[in-house]
Amino acid sequence: MTQAAPETPPVLALEGVSKSFGAVHALRGVSLRLHAGEAHALAGENGAGKSTLIKTLAGVHRPDTGVVLLDGEPVEFHGPADARDAGVAVIYQEPTLFPDLSVAENIFVGRQPRRSFGRVDHRAVRQAAADLFRRLGVALEPDQPARGLSIADQQLVEIAKALSFDARVLVMDEPTAALTGSEVARLFGVVRALREQGAAVLFISHRLDEVFALCQRVTTLRDGALIASEPVDGLTEDDLVRRMVGRDLDELYPKQDAKIGGVALSVRRLTREGVFTDVSFDVRHGEIVGLAGLVGAGRSEVARAVFGVDRWDGGEVEVDGRPLPPGAPSLAMAAGLALVPEDRRAEGLVMDMSIERNINLTGFASTSRAGVMRRGAERSRAVDWAVRLQVKYARLADAVSTLSGGNQQKVVLAKWLATDPGVLIVDEPTRGIDVGTKAEVHRLLSQLAADGVAVLMISSDLPEVLAMADRVLVMHEGRLAADLTRAEATEESVMAAATGRGRSAA
Amino acid sequence: MTVTTDQEHRARPAGGSGSRKLLDTVLKVRELAIGAVLVVMLLATQLDNSDFLSQQGIKDLLLNATILVLVAVGQAMVVITRNVDLSVGSTLGISAFAAGDYLSGGGNPLVAVVLAVLLGAALGAVNGLLVSLGRVPALVVTLGTLYIIRGLDSVWVGSRQITASQLPSGFAGFGHDGLSVIPYLALLTAAVLVCVAYYLRAYRGGRDLYALGSNPEAARLAGVPVRRRILTAYVVCGALAGLAGALYLARFGNVDSGTGTGYELTVVSAVVVGGVAFTGGSGTVYGAALGALLLTSINSVLPSIGVSSVWVQAIDGFLLLLAIAVDRVVALRVADLLRKRAAETRSARHA
Ligand SMILES: Nc1ncnc2c1ncn2[C@@H]1O[C@H](COP(=O)(O)OP(=O)(O)OP(=O)(O)O)[C@@H](O)[C@H]1O
Ligand SMILES: [Mg+2]
Repeated sequence: MTQAAPETPPVLALEGVSKSFGAVHALRGVSLRLHAGEAHALAGENGAGKSTLIKTLAGVHRPDTGVVLLDGEPVEFHGPADARDAGVAVIYQEPTLFPDLSVAENIFVGRQPRRSFGRVDHRAVRQAAADLFRRLGVALEPDQPARGLSIADQQLVEIAKALSFDARVLVMDEPTAALTGSEVARLFGVVRALREQGAAVLFISHRLDEVFALCQRVTTLRDGALIASEPVDGLTEDDLVRRMVGRDLDELYPKQDAKIGGVALSVRRLTREGVFTDVSFDVRHGEIVGLAGLVGAGRSEVARAVFGVDRWDGGEVEVDGRPLPPGAPSLAMAAGLALVPEDRRAEGLVMDMSIERNINLTGFASTSRAGVMRRGAERSRAVDWAVRLQVKYARLADAVSTLSGGNQQKVVLAKWLATDPGVLIVDEPTRGIDVGTKAEVHRLLSQLAADGVAVLMISSDLPEVLAMADRVLVMHEGRLAADLTRAEATEESVMAAATGRGRSAA
Repeated sequence: MTVTTDQEHRARPAGGSGSRKLLDTVLKVRELAIGAVLVVMLLATQLDNSDFLSQQGIKDLLLNATILVLVAVGQAMVVITRNVDLSVGSTLGISAFAAGDYLSGGGNPLVAVVLAVLLGAALGAVNGLLVSLGRVPALVVTLGTLYIIRGLDSVWVGSRQITASQLPSGFAGFGHDGLSVIPYLALLTAAVLVCVAYYLRAYRGGRDLYALGSNPEAARLAGVPVRRRILTAYVVCGALAGLAGALYLARFGNVDSGTGTGYELTVVSAVVVGGVAFTGGSGTVYGAALGALLLTSINSVLPSIGVSSVWVQAIDGFLLLLAIAVDRVVALRVADLLRKRAAETRSARHA
């Protein structure tokens, strides 16, 4: 029933598509067929060309060679509007919202329902947005402006936007990267329903279990070339990883034993009105503490406040026994704190600056002499970290904006790891990072902890938290709901605390 | 599970409309604030000098404001798209002269106005094409066209001058008369203002301008016809500058090659004082109109309370800085408010 008959032409397809950016061959002769009623996964490492492929389907990029086929007929999309009008709805990897417009308007830009004389029906716009949020089970106000939404909420608005089409083809580039289990489950429920109604789905995720949970077919890319396109049935995660990476992978979550020392970061009764309340915890040298919770529980907000990006209204923060003043990131940095932020484009990177410059934004002290930058030292620092994190780039002088999403994330990590911090706070460190490099990031965090760094890790990827953390803190609606040891922390106990069922379940 | 969800959502609309109202007020405060400053200033002046708000006084105030308001409305449309049009002063000058030249040869006043508008629209189209196709910052492009148009104007006009005596008397009357205290020019301007404001609020094309200014890249991805929209904004801006040129001619009856020089800076100040953010995506044309009204009123207020007019520019500049500071504070306040509201709805939802 879900499998389309083989003789009906695919709704949307690519035939032998190549696309280059200067010397970079992002796609080499790739073919892909999307059938009605089928969910198709696209797998591949960071920089393999997945997003480029999607942008070709969406009319953002014109293929250098090869064709796009709609219902078996060649078409030429002259822009995103053409693809949209052909019934292709796209969720791009990086949220593309309008900060000044309301959430509801964001969803319907260019396609608002209209009433007499072609006037926009603002009430219908609001109503439709509210309906979409209800379908997705999201607590967003249609009228609130998009400015200031967390990455996860932005992602949810993007999802609502894509669902608002009567799309024949739904294309999703890492829609779940910032979401936790329950939001993902909701999303999958809605996507399955659409698929059963006959929509074709293209789905990208670096979380392989999601690929297996949602999709019937998977196409793997490596360095822009097609490796395999096959049914998911009968495939194992290891098979898939081998196709993506071209070799067998080492253990995914290498956890080194570390000697746990004195308290490095101490947070006492921290409160920011309306955001989080009475949060207290310690992180010791050599310890990795996971901070789990649902989207909107206040995890990132705590991290931002500790680092001084946002002010707090009450409480104390101490680093190695010395109190930190509120709202002073530069003092926090001087005290040895580093924060890898959640929103890489807005807070982590200067998009038009080169890779090298971005990595060195935090390194002025270590790469300058008497206030004068030393290019040589900068360069070697950047190369060193780019290589350690396996950033895939053409030249270090290229703008960060030309990197693939996962590689941008690696640059943010490099920028902060290079500061040699005593306390490292990482917010979604592996968001959008492929399996191979994920293991590398985990190894790195583990190594840092073994060297005595205190690590606070926020992650929506529960298996990652469980595998890496010595202790798991769980937040629920702005409060700490549980403090679990490594032995106590299981998927059930964390989810119970995160959803506020902690007391009764325990 | 489904049952709880339904309840959760049924509980929400109340909180929703509450936060909406609050938010609306905060966002409208920008216009309210300028309106309040304006009213206070006018009343204070009236107390000091009871002739100030006489019939003729009000009429003068409105007449003085109309031309700036018109150009500011067009400029606001462009600024909302995160661009700017610095050539409006030159456009106003050359359109005014074109209309005057035609009229002094015995032309029809209505045709003269249409001529000025079309000339302005054409110049706006040139700006719009250069900006949307050239990928050169609007500031640079329109600085260029500012000088080019002014240069052409000077070559064409030379030392000629249009004076009131060369114009048909009905045309000059249109520039001065009105319905009781409200001049025709002000009525015309108000009509334009309402139309543009309605277009921006209620039509896809108008909403697209905000989207475009808010995040150009996202607008492109959302399938907004970016070039066409930018072109439209510039054409309207040019057309309104042209119309303003015709009204200038009607009001002052005196046009030469220097007419409108330096006007662009006053216009941009009015727009920014009126709360249209230079970074695009926010503000309304009503705000811009209020900003224009405020700036022109200061010009009339200062002399009538005996302050030397040399202060006018300094005060304009001060207002500009004040407006930017207020914007910043309001933005922070709104962010704070949103944060608290969001938390409240969230906990209400889970309660
Ligand atoms: N606009 C651009 N200019 C130059 N190079 C680009 C551009 N867009 C993409 N690339 C390059 O093309 C390659 C493929 O990038 P793409 O974004 O498609 O990767 P991806 O598979 O989506 O990776 P990720 O999992 O990290 O999102 C990368 O090497 C990237 O640097
Ligand atoms: Mg990508």
